[in-house]
Order: sequence, then structure tokens, then C-alpha cells
Amino acid sequence: MQFHKYDVVIVGAGGAGMRAAIEAGQRCRTAVLTKLYPTRSHTGAAQGGMCAALANVEEDNWEWHTFDTVKGGDYLVDQDAAEIMAKEAIDAVLDLEKMGLPFNRTPEGKIDQRRFGGHTRNHGEAAVRRACYAADRTGHMILQTLYQNCVKHGIEFFNEFYVLDICLTETENGPVCTGAVAYELATGEIHVFQAKAVVFATGGFGKVFKTTSNAHTLTGDGMGIVFRKGLPLEDMEFYQFHPTGLAGLGILLTEGARGEGGILRNASGERFMERYAPTIKDLAPRDMVARAMATEVREGRGCGPNKDYVLLDLTHLGAEVLDAKLPDITEFSRTYLGIDPVTEPVPVYPTAHYAMGGIPTNIRGEALRDNDNVVPGLYAAGECACVSVHGANRLGTNSLLDINVFGRRAGIAAAEYATEHEHVELPENPADFVVSIVEGMRSSTGGERIADIRTELQTTMDLNASVYRTEDTLKQALTDVQALKERYARVSIQDKGKRFNTDLLEAVELGFLLDLAEVLVQGALNRKESRGGHAREDYQARDDVNFLRHTMAYKQGIEPGKAHEKTPQQVLTADIRLDYKPVTITRYQPMERKY
Amino acid sequence: MTATVETAPPAGSRGPVPPAPEGSTTVTVKIRRFNPEVDSEPRWDSFEVPALPTDRVLNLLHYVKWYLDGTLTFRRSCAHGICGSDAMRINGVNRLACKVLVKDLMSGGGKATTITVEPIKGLPVHKDLLVDMEPFFEAFRAVKPYLMTSGNEPTRERIQSQADRARFDDTTKCILCACCTTSCPVYWSEGSYFGPAAIVNAHRFIFDSRDEGAEERLDILNDVDGVWRCRTTFNCTDACPRGIQVTKAIQEVKRALLFRRV
Repeated sequence: MQFHKYDVVIVGAGGAGMRAAIEAGQRCRTAVLTKLYPTRSHTGAAQGGMCAALANVEEDNWEWHTFDTVKGGDYLVDQDAAEIMAKEAIDAVLDLEKMGLPFNRTPEGKIDQRRFGGHTRNHGEAAVRRACYAADRTGHMILQTLYQNCVKHGIEFFNEFYVLDICLTETENGPVCTGAVAYELATGEIHVFQAKAVVFATGGFGKVFKTTSNAHTLTGDGMGIVFRKGLPLEDMEFYQFHPTGLAGLGILLTEGARGEGGILRNASGERFMERYAPTIKDLAPRDMVARAMATEVREGRGCGPNKDYVLLDLTHLGAEVLDAKLPDITEFSRTYLGIDPVTEPVPVYPTAHYAMGGIPTNIRGEALRDNDNVVPGLYAAGECACVSVHGANRLGTNSLLDINVFGRRAGIAAAEYATEHEHVELPENPADFVVSIVEGMRSSTGGERIADIRTELQTTMDLNASVYRTEDTLKQALTDVQALKERYARVSIQDKGKRFNTDLLEAVELGFLLDLAEVLVQGALNRKESRGGHAREDYQARDDVNFLRHTMAYKQGIEPGKAHEKTPQQVLTADIRLDYKPVTITRYQPMERKY
Repeated sequence: MTATVETAPPAGSRGPVPPAPEGSTTVTVKIRRFNPEVDSEPRWDSFEVPALPTDRVLNLLHYVKWYLDGTLTFRRSCAHGICGSDAMRINGVNRLACKVLVKDLMSGGGKATTITVEPIKGLPVHKDLLVDMEPFFEAFRAVKPYLMTSGNEPTRERIQSQADRARFDDTTKCILCACCTTSCPVYWSEGSYFGPAAIVNAHRFIFDSRDEGAEERLDILNDVDGVWRCRTTFNCTDACPRGIQVTKAIQEVKRALLFRRV
């Protein structure tokens, strides 16, 4: 076992992690621990843009952006946080430009902007051009630019270090975060990192679903770690299905395609979004478009031999626009479906895309222990966090914004905290929990295969907990997930070695997926209403009287400061307890959501 | 080196494999294996895998790992050609395993198909298809791949014309997968050469109108291990999964060095 001591440890090297690292690394001794090589993270797969009311091409302001974010999130957004994000969006974009990000330009040489779903002029009058973009590679450019700046600032990375636990030390002020424990993939060695502050930026958990735009590596590790410590996860039932995944594959086709004028059509060629969102049509928020598509298919108006998808028509845009503004998705369609969007419409269907919920934080990125108290020294940012700026449904582009605004905030806050505080002693035997997980996995002879459990998990989640849900389907999903968790206790791996044991890695990842699927389903069962990305067919209306509040899920019977005394089995099988947290409402009272 | 064909599932694998999907054919995936923990030298393992024409090679590797041999080791993440994790030598050429479809590798005329997969060349093999990327990233970092400017920053964005932005568009697409660098014969024989990817990333800044570090980077690339090592074999351009005109970019850097003008 190896021991390291830093001021700030950042877990994850995607957009939020590297944005935090650029801030923390210039202020105090910082290490970035990352499961993947930097630039491999899924920030790079984001395409369409990053919204900020620069007003470079038409009138706009941050208040409209705030309103759109709140309404897009079906009023479950914490409005103070959304306001901060919309205000700081402008500097976040300008900062990236100054770091070198090659945005597309207007004829005057300013950052160009385009339309995106749910982003409107003057509280819903019409779509507004707010998304700053670099072709359909905005996420790629952000990831590269942030990594380039990490190189510039000499940020210290520990590549392929898989963090499996955090250290919480019980003090008179409650539990304090004192470090993280990582498994080094190259050697199988365990590393303990003592730190004054730990920032989680580990991304989402799309791999609980079968059809997803997410990478294989997006297994919710950070959320899972925090949850297993007896700390809460917020609003996990709100999962976004992006309307335009390549049919059957789930590969993302940016909403920017509709921002540039793309149209969704059903089997009869009808522009069906006119019926669901008469004002902004194809540029309605993602939850509405995804439901509209699912409804079209259900009611027999789907396309193809099985009538199981709709078409994204880009043919009227012309080769030049596709080449200049949407080159990557044009190529994806050609490569993976053999369809040329210049001449043929592209088969699309909703794909599991983004977790609105996650580790609850305040606006400084500090992780919450309950509704009112933070865990000193623990921070989270990006998709793994829930501030909540996305509420029940995230608007397109707001994730790239979130990672930059709150990645930066968490990095600064963590560094300031580290500067003002001394190291707190680690709990006794801080690596024991991780050692027993890893060794347990290596020595298991249970005979259950990783791929079988994972496939069954993804199948039931796709079938029972996706765009539309009911009590029955959710109960089925819960039964399935819990049965799979039992089987997971008997999972065993073939690779018993120490060196780059990715078999072991996948087994551990699967454990996180199962934990998170269970929370998602429990939250969804409990939320007897339809709001944003959570659509209950048996409770179709939004119910502000009973459910205008955040769900807070805990593992029962685990005290954060004493969690390290539990065995992995005790932690994994703990029941889930649900609680609520009020929504912060400042400017906007909930209204009916029409577009 | 011995070629072995696996007929039975390797020791430790359990349970039946999932039913082959409709329309699939069986292909042989022949993989270069090496685990320094247990092997004294590399070997080839072959696996019979059901494959659909639209499957990516990555799907086949997953099938092997998930159902036949859990010790098979490779990197992958996004699975659609964006993250750059799964560069491999597939049937002798550098490709991303997630961007090559089986239908493009099928033998014609009903002949049995064999797909060979090896690690990319020129970087030390850690295990199976997984190589040490550190020398590659070291070369990347050496060309100062970040915007260099002087003076006070503007309040708003820097102004850049559409033509100036277009000047370096091609090289902004790089995903650092190493397909180009590890397809370069010069890189194979002289590991000290910066390699195409590093030069591509230098190009991305040298030709960015906002950048003031061109001289510094050109000096670095004028080094004995710099652009002059390039023999214009075009392997890099052929290998780039992003379609970057890599050789052209290298030539433009050479020209900038000759005329000290970008």
C-alpha cells in the first residue's frame, strides 16, 4: 500500500474535474486521480454547445436564461443556483475562449451562437440563439482545451487510478472528509491519499440502461461511493432520455441538429412536434420531445420495418451546413447506420443520456450530509453532483455550462478550504474497505458472470424505468434489481492477476450500477407524479402540493463517520430510506409548462 | 511464436454463451496476447465469435472478454470514435476498434473471415492490447500544446475572423488516440521522434491567429527529433480516424520553419 498527502484531491478528469484542477492547482498542492486517461472522458462526446447570454447575434440576457432553465427543469430547479449559473455562463464561455477554445465565429469574428432546445427569448416567445459552439464538437474542444491548460499549469495527474472509497473522519463537528482510496490499475496496488479536500467529478451512470449515449466507463462510481458512506443522493429518479440517439445504437446526435433547422418526422412524414409544442416545435425541451417520439411509436406512427423509430430530417439543410456545423453527426450516421444525412433522413429514438440527480451540493460545490449540513472537505461538481440547476429535466447545453461554472466554483472552494485548514487524521485502517472489496472479488468462486448480471440489469431498466413508467413497471424493475444484487454477491472474475485487471474493474463498476439503479427505481416509485424527465402514466399530472420537493435517498443504518467499520456486504445490502428537501424558489412561481 | 486455436472455452469461463443473433456469421478473431505477469513472450489466441455485419470490432472484443476469456485486456470508453481509447492494429492497419465495422472486414465469396487484432506498434505493451501511452503524451506535452499570448487579456472574447478560424480547423479534431504516431515507420525505429500527433497539436496552435507561441514551438520542432524526421509516407493520414490531413499539417509546419512565416 502506498500513502500520499495532498491539499486537494480531485477525482475524475472530465470537464468538471479539470476545470476544478485548473483553479485548485494554481492555489495549493493538487492531485487529479482519474480512472481514464485525461481526454478520454465523456465530456468529449458532448456536441451541440454551451449556452451563455452573450447576445452576440441577437438580444438576450441572463435572466431569460435563468427562466428557461427553471421552466425547462419543471420548477424543481433551485432558482438561486440557476441564477448563478446563467450569470456566470458569460464569463465561463469567455474564460474558455481565452484558454484557447476554438469557437465558431460570426462574420464579425465574435463567438457564434445557435438555437437549442428550451432556450428562448423573453420567457418563451421564440427560440433564441444562445448556444456557443465549435461545430458539433463543443465537448471535445472543451475537454481538449481544459487538458491543454492543465498541461500549461503543470497539474499533477494519477492516470488510471480508480478511486473506490473516500475517508470520513468523525469529529466533534460531525464527519469530515480526509482523503480518498484508489486502486492503481497498472499494478493492482492500493493507494491512500490523505487530503484536506476531495472534489468528486466522476460523471454519470448511463450504463444502468441498455440504450444509452454514455460511455462504457460511465458507471456512477463517485455517486456510488458517496452513497455507500451513508451520505444522500438527490433526485436520482430524474434521468434524461435524449430524443435523438441513432436508432438501435443510442449514439448521440446533437440537438444542435434541430437548432440548425432539423425536423423530426413520423412514418407519414408529418412534423409531429407541431402537435406537442406548437410554439417552438422541434426545439421543445428534451423530456417533451422524447415523450412525443415514444408516443408516436406507440400509436403506430413509427418508421422502419418494426415501426420503432422516427426520422430526423436534415436533408433540407444542404451539404454545406452539415459539413460546417454538424460534421461529426453526419459521419456517425454514415459510419454506423450507413445513412447519409445529406440525402436521407436519419432513424432516431430516445437514448439514456444524463442524470439530473446526484450528490447534493450547495452553490460552492460542498457536498451535503443532510438537508442543512455539509460534509467539510467534500465537494462535487458536474454530472455526479446535484446543485440542483437541472431540476427534473436539464436543458441542452446546460451540462457543459454546469461543469465549467460549478467545476470552477468547487475547485476554488476546495482550495480555499484547504488553505484555511490543517490535515485531519485519517480514520483507522482507511484502506480496509477497498481491500476487502478487491480481495473479495479476486477470491470469489461464486460463478455469477459480470456480463449476465449487467445485461439483465440494462434490459429491465430499458423496459421498465425509461421514458414512461408506471407503478407496475417500476415494481418489476425493483424486484429485478434486487434479485440481481443478490446474484452480484456471488459474482466472480476470471482474471486473478494484479496487472491492468479490467475484469476486476468491470465487476466493481457493476456494483455501483446496481446500487444506483435501485435508488433510481425507488425514487421513481415513490414520486407519484409526472415532472420533467420522470413521466408516470399512472400519475400524469405534476403535483406541486405533494412533490414540489427534492428526493433525498440514504442507505439506512450507515452513519457516515462510522461507515468504514461496515463490511462491503453490509453496505451493499442496506435498505434505502427516502426523505425530502425543499426547492429554493426565488423569482419564478411554478406555472403550467407549455411551449 | 505459436498460433493456438481455442476450441473449448478457456479455463475459468463459465456458463453458456448468449444465443447468436439472427443474421450473424461466425468470424475468427485472432488476438495478439501478452501478459508479462505470466507470459515470457507474446502469443496469438483465436476465438470464434458470432458477428453481425454492423458490429464494431469492439463488440467482438467485448464478446471475447465477457463470455470467453475475462483476462483479455484492452482500453475502451465511448465506443463511437470520440474518446480515442481503443486504437489498435486491426488486420495490419491502425484503427479505432469502435469505428471499424465487421462488414468492412468480411472475406468475400463465402470464405471464412479472420480478423487479426494487435496492439499499436512503437509503444511498450503493458498487457494484451493495452500499451504504455506515457511516451506519446510526453511528446504531446513537449510541443507546448496550449494557447500562448502576451499582454492584457481583452474584456470580451478575442476577435478571430472565420477565415482565421478555418485555417487550423482540421488539426483541432485530434483525439490523441495515437493511431497516426504508431503507424509511422520513423516512430517505430526512432522512438525519440515527436511523431505526427505531437506535430498536429503544435500545428493547431502555430496556425491559430490568437497564438503568439509559434516561434517557440517551431524551434522545438526544428530539433533533430522534430519535423525533419518525417519521410512523408502518409501512413499517418491513412490511419487518422478523424480524417485529419496529418501529413499536410506536418508539411505546413516544415514550410513555416523554412520561411519562418505562418
